[in-house]
Amino acid sequence: MTPELLSNLSLFVLALLVGFEVISKIPATLHTPMMSGANSIHGVVLVGAILIAGMADTPGACLLTFVAAAFAAMNVVGGYVVTDRMLGMFRAKPKPPPAPVAAPAAAAAETIEVKA
Amino acid sequence: MSTLDLVVRLIYLAAAVGFVLGLHLMRSPATARRGNLLSAAGMAAAVIATVVLLGSGPESSAASAASHSTGLPVTTWAWAALAAGTLLGAGGGLLGARKVKMTAIPQLVSIFNAVGGGAAALVAVVDFVRAVGEGSTTAGFSIPVVLDVLIGSVTFSGSLIAAGKLQGWVSGAPITFLGSRALSALSAAVGILGGIWLVANPSVWLLVVVVVAASAFGVLMVLPIGGADMPVVISLLNAFTGLAVAMAGFVIGNQILIIAGALVGAAGTILTKLMADAMNRSVMAIMIGGFGTGDSATPVLAGAAADVRRVDADDVAIQLAYASKVIIVPGYGLAAAQAQRELGELGTLLAARGITVLYAIHPVAGRMPGHMNVLLAEADVPYTQLKEMDEVNPEFDTCDVALVVGANDVTNPAARRTGNAISGMPILDVDHARSIIVIKRSLGHGYAGLDNELYGDPKTGMLFADAKKGLAAILAAVKSYVA
Repeated sequence: MTPELLSNLSLFVLALLVGFEVISKIPATLHTPMMSGANSIHGVVLVGAILIAGMADTPGACLLTFVAAAFAAMNVVGGYVVTDRMLGMFRAKPKPPPAPVAAPAAAAAETIEVKA
Repeated sequence: MSTLDLVVRLIYLAAAVGFVLGLHLMRSPATARRGNLLSAAGMAAAVIATVVLLGSGPESSAASAASHSTGLPVTTWAWAALAAGTLLGAGGGLLGARKVKMTAIPQLVSIFNAVGGGAAALVAVVDFVRAVGEGSTTAGFSIPVVLDVLIGSVTFSGSLIAAGKLQGWVSGAPITFLGSRALSALSAAVGILGGIWLVANPSVWLLVVVVVAASAFGVLMVLPIGGADMPVVISLLNAFTGLAVAMAGFVIGNQILIIAGALVGAAGTILTKLMADAMNRSVMAIMIGGFGTGDSATPVLAGAAADVRRVDADDVAIQLAYASKVIIVPGYGLAAAQAQRELGELGTLLAARGITVLYAIHPVAGRMPGHMNVLLAEADVPYTQLKEMDEVNPEFDTCDVALVVGANDVTNPAARRTGNAISGMPILDVDHARSIIVIKRSLGHGYAGLDNELYGDPKTGMLFADAKKGLAAILAAVKSYVA
């Protein structure tokens, strides 16, 4: 085993452990955005598609580079945009209330909760 | 190591930090959006740095891209292919992400997942073809190539089938045919044995065989899995893509691919486990498939039909308007009917009357992990009202009305007993509420094909309607009482 392979393997295992640690604490509310976010992170394969362009010296290799770049770019751009769109919808409070009744209503809600 | 090379590697390190912190910030809805932007910034930096590296010429790109790079300058054709592909893919991704309806998010994520896996496999294919041409393949190189191509191809075809099932282009019911299991086993065997042979005797034709066999296996693996198990399948395929990308990192000797791929692989694995636990089934049992029916609710009138109590929208409205605590239990039927807006409006109206409104979200509600939360967020439901199963279950004891919209198996008290298809599945304790209202099109079965004992409960009133129409009628009736 070459030293390069060994250090790559160490990185791989440590990154797996970090992944387990970070993800296991995410609330179910955010599972979809989180998965979509993780999905965009594997779009990093675009870096790989760029690097294989450096080896593409035949028409066939150019074609495969084209497809790989298209796939990876779709993954990364679409992934981040759709995740942002989803997360932008999560709000702690409803949008500005349409009627001024909201304030007393909220107060009433609190009193009822206290009684319950 | 040249200066440029050093800088690029440091940028990769920063990008990896961005990915980890980005995921970390996703622990809370308040910081999640910032987390996603941080992750995107890391991604942009890594991509730009790589382009600069590629443009800087053979010496440095050879050093970092891959120790086994040819060191030839990048041809004009390769640049053109790269640029055209990136623009096309980015445009397509942007369009899909902007236009997609929130109910269709699982399909879109599945497609992004498919292309990610496909790209990872292609990276290995291109590098392998080059290495075979040079005669420079070693086992340390060929093993990750085989793993990348196997996992990447399975993910590519499997995710496309999953997306097709979610979209309804492929039947959501488990699809099996005579000999499908044998064919599936055969394709797996050909892929794996071909891969082992390939490590010993590197050849491009053998790689083609592996790609074809693995793609066939991906299709055959997902076809027999029922629509209700999709949250598990999507998580699993997401984990696969992560691993394929990490393997691509080993192939071309690039650390950022290894780190990011491993992160996603771990994330997907954990989610897969969580989803399977929420259904009380093993991942293996789900992958073997054949469980559940399709998306179409079969209007079977069960024997219990005569015993259920029917209610109309006015009855429901009165109960809701004079309750002090209402828990809403949304399920996939809500998403299928696109009724999240009506539900959100009803919740807001009740909350404005001073009624405590909570939403009980079962972990597998919807078609991907956490899907229901996204739909409700879209309908402006504050995330503080969205409660997870463990958090909300004690609340049912003090709840006046539980309103079940389009959820079935996850509310069935039969799960607490042994000896049926859903025994042991964690459920929402809807039957503990003082009064229960179920909006449903018919007495059709859920995915498990079981009668829901909740419907026969004397406390339960059934409103037979499409979720959207039913909720609109209730909303109108509540408004008339309130006004």
